[in-house]
Amino acid sequence: MAEIVLSNVQKFFGAVQVIRDMNLTIADREFVVLLGPSGCGKTTTLRAIAGLEDITSGEIRIDGKPVQDLEASQRDIAFVFQLYALYPHLTVFENIAFPLRAAGGARADVEREVNAVARALDIGHFLGKRPSALSGGDMQRVAIGRALVRRPKAILMDEPIGALDAKLREDMRAELKRLHIENKATSVYVTHDQVEAMSLADRIVVMSEGVLQQVGTPIEVYQNPANLFVAQFIGSPVMNIADATLETEGDEAKVRLGDAGEAFRVPLALPGAIEASGRGAGGLSLGIRPEGVIVAHGPGKGLVPLEAHGIEPLGAYDIVDLKVGSGVLRARTASGFVGKPGDTVFARLDETQTHFFDTRSGQSLGVRLGA
Amino acid sequence: MAHVRLNGITKRFGAHTALENLDLEIEDGQFFVLLGPTGAGKTTTLRLIAGLEKPTAGTIEIGGVDVGDWGAAERDVALVLQQYSLYPRYTVRQNLEFPLKSNIRRMAQPDIDQRVARAAKTLRIEHLLERKVDRLSGGEMQRVSIGRAIVRSPRIFLMDEPLSNLDAKLRETLRSELKDLQVKLGATFLFVTHDQIEAMSMGDKVGVLNNGRLAQVGTPYEIYHHPRDTYVAGFVGSPAMNLLAADLLGDRMRIPSGAIEFAVSPALRARLGRSSGPVTLGIRAENVHLDPAGLIEARVWGFENHGVEKIVTLKTGDCLFKATMPASIPTAIDEPMRLTFDQSRLHAFDAATGRNLSQEGRELAAAE
Repeated sequence: MAEIVLSNVQKFFGAVQVIRDMNLTIADREFVVLLGPSGCGKTTTLRAIAGLEDITSGEIRIDGKPVQDLEASQRDIAFVFQLYALYPHLTVFENIAFPLRAAGGARADVEREVNAVARALDIGHFLGKRPSALSGGDMQRVAIGRALVRRPKAILMDEPIGALDAKLREDMRAELKRLHIENKATSVYVTHDQVEAMSLADRIVVMSEGVLQQVGTPIEVYQNPANLFVAQFIGSPVMNIADATLETEGDEAKVRLGDAGEAFRVPLALPGAIEASGRGAGGLSLGIRPEGVIVAHGPGKGLVPLEAHGIEPLGAYDIVDLKVGSGVLRARTASGFVGKPGDTVFARLDETQTHFFDTRSGQSLGVRLGA
Repeated sequence: MAHVRLNGITKRFGAHTALENLDLEIEDGQFFVLLGPTGAGKTTTLRLIAGLEKPTAGTIEIGGVDVGDWGAAERDVALVLQQYSLYPRYTVRQNLEFPLKSNIRRMAQPDIDQRVARAAKTLRIEHLLERKVDRLSGGEMQRVSIGRAIVRSPRIFLMDEPLSNLDAKLRETLRSELKDLQVKLGATFLFVTHDQIEAMSMGDKVGVLNNGRLAQVGTPYEIYHHPRDTYVAGFVGSPAMNLLAADLLGDRMRIPSGAIEFAVSPALRARLGRSSGPVTLGIRAENVHLDPAGLIEARVWGFENHGVEKIVTLKTGDCLFKATMPASIPTAIDEPMRLTFDQSRLHAFDAATGRNLSQEGRELAAAE
């Protein structure tokens, strides 16, 4: 069990800064996911915690003790890679037992610990097999077993299920989460897949270009993204973002998206609230997730007629592309709700799910009405 | 015409059978997706059509003509792979021109220029034409590889997981773009993937491959709502459909693992077409609801927050199943919940064969 603290961590590869002013506290027993596109510095951060990578400046503390000068092997941390890194000539049992034997564990203890881990991971039935006889998912289970068997203070995982098929990934996700609930080791997990992050994390750390963008629970980063990057990186389909122009006519306020002909109604208090935020000097962008675009078959008050362009039938629901000027607004509807491309439907924006950002800085204005 | 037909294709590699008696028909101008896990035979099918492999048995027709003796070049198909395989030292323009400059084509330069310009415009890579390929992002490189296929105006586009190496957001964008592109070109696409979301969102028709056999071919709607067997039911849809072993005894249905028992409605009974015996019941997570008076008493075993909704895994007895709930519903591990489902939403499968017991399923089984 371990608390991991990063203070003012900087990391350069030559002239390139890959981690910038990183400050992060990972609580004991917490499951934290570092999320971002390739090259954002998430793997480097993980490797720095593990001791596989030096940091240029700053401090990393595990349970209050600075560890920069400790070798990876002395940090009592386990690492799981995307490539399983199993010993091909050893059985599954021997692979899992390896770290215990290396530490000089007694035979009976080794056996007991390996069997306990095998039970937790449901891999007891192939302990006698060689890794080459296993599927990708099973190999990764073994790799995780080998990490857990030492009962490390913390377990660090670098895209451990990224190489698996979509379906298997889904199963492994649920297993990893359950495993964490059961053994409570502090876990730091790196991925570029936001679904994994949302599903697994107690808190998500969103990174881009070496800079921490937002730290929060899955619900916080989903519902209150701090900036355009987070807004568009979390959530699938991606949040709709459009240039927004506010218009006030008498007792009605409207927002026009891009070059659209017709504008959407918004609460009358909105223009004032945006002004009061003191931001938005860099232009205004509106963000709304597909589930915030409410679609109806018939006209009604506050509904804007729009033509459906494409329909993605995803089974439980559809994603419908609605033409708004020269752009597209994606809406989530019930399966089969919109008949076919070319049909006209009527839509409005749910004000509780409408976000506003400063276009130039990308920062959220923090203005949301009715939420 | 680029109508593709595979008749009784079997392909063996040594002792391993990759494809077994595969019949497949892709209509001209169709976006056909072949969906299955690693090792199902998707890529082999693609390579057979491309002429990169010879079938052990069976015939392949393109445009009504048996192409068994034709080489890959003569088949006039374009292959887009997960790895971009572009020439890194060439510019985008040179990469796009390359397939048109081959000796067998001998195309005039103005003609080449025109084709490259048109492909670049379609893929919105006009501003990249003079850039070296090694200076492009992954998404841009994949657009260029698709462009290199487009310039040739091939009869069929064969795509082998072209989006798998891209990050999630880009994958989503390219999904829409590819579908738009196919509609615009009116071309025949065969797209191979293990990702059911790609299959559902792009395919006019989806073929689900299981271990070298075609489990089902249908529209995305059909394979999601009317899966022909438990394999398709479990593979298509996220989360996977809940599949539970049950016993039918007259008008009572029992799920022993969860100690769940209920009276079978007349409508379900008619669909079952039998009055007793083991069956596999299927129900999708979105059709299991919270209900204070519900039939099932379970505890929260795990949950995944997806933002828009939450997927909760529940446990009753030894039985695990999933339910989709609004993200606003609070959940805690081991918390008790009562749930229900509508019998009209139940799928029923033969416990031994996995076949759907619906009318069509029974007819299909009888026909085979």
